[in-house]
Amino acid sequence: MTTDTATTAGLPPRFYDLEEHDHPEGSSTMLGFWIYLMSDCLIFAILFACFAVLGGNYAAGPSPRDVFELPLVALNTAMLLFSSITYGFSMLAMRAGRPGLTRVWLAVTAAFGLAFLTIELHEFTHMISIGATPQRSAFLSAFFTLVGTHGLHVTFGVIWIVTMIVQVGRHGLIAANQRRLMCLSLFWHFLDIIWIGVFTFVYLMGMLR
Amino acid sequence: MNEGAHHAPDAPHGSLREYLIGFFLSVVLTAIPFWLVMARPLAPGPTAVLIVAFAVVQIIVHMVYFLHMNARSEGGWTMIALIFTLIVVAIALAGSMWVMHHLDTNMMPMPHEVSRQP
Repeated sequence: MTTDTATTAGLPPRFYDLEEHDHPEGSSTMLGFWIYLMSDCLIFAILFACFAVLGGNYAAGPSPRDVFELPLVALNTAMLLFSSITYGFSMLAMRAGRPGLTRVWLAVTAAFGLAFLTIELHEFTHMISIGATPQRSAFLSAFFTLVGTHGLHVTFGVIWIVTMIVQVGRHGLIAANQRRLMCLSLFWHFLDIIWIGVFTFVYLMGMLR
Repeated sequence: MNEGAHHAPDAPHGSLREYLIGFFLSVVLTAIPFWLVMARPLAPGPTAVLIVAFAVVQIIVHMVYFLHMNARSEGGWTMIALIFTLIVVAIALAGSMWVMHHLDTNMMPMPHEVSRQP
């Protein structure tokens, strides 16, 4: 390490660190991404708190029993769960150094993600068609905000997966792509964890009200 | 040197067995709460407690088997960030519900709620 000493008469010597410490590229990415996920977790916590406070205010409108279809929610949950395990398979293929197989499993994961979004949009359009719109009651506002924010995250997750399929196809499993796939892995599994909260507190508890 | 062979040294990763165990546990821990609510073998109170318990267990299963969380990754900083977040989440959730419940209880009865008065 190089240090320069500037001495001026009457003043204590001052030291300047001219060489930066060694920060290998991407060494802090995983921790940084984890901290982003924790901040995302806070967004969802506030939306869950909103739903907990407002979820019982139907304004004489439809209640959860009138608008929720549990078999559809169960199917949606299965889609996300399958997408989690297939993403795991793609990470294993990445570890084994097989870019082709990694891309196949990524494509399967994206397909399950799209299936989830299709079912969710079908549910939303059905609810809106029977008059259960976000502006109908505080319960429905809180519901659409919470579930819609999760759906938006899944949408961006699918876009990210497609991006990674192209990236791995072009550049192979280079260190940067491995790092991106690991961040995406955290993101995707995190969304599944949020969904556990959604189906438990919004759908299942809603049916018990 | 082949850059493709490079691995981040302490990056958390799981084995096939770990993923399959996590998946199997998740399926069971999802199916039971759905069955409890759809078939209703129990009263609403115990059902609610049970499904929340299943959710908490499933979140832990996901963190261990899918996110490969442990206290050592990144020198413990991921765990510290997680604990900090959990504390803030608990304060936000419990605080919101507590404050709003008291506000609700202390509200003047509205005309259409007159029947609730003692």
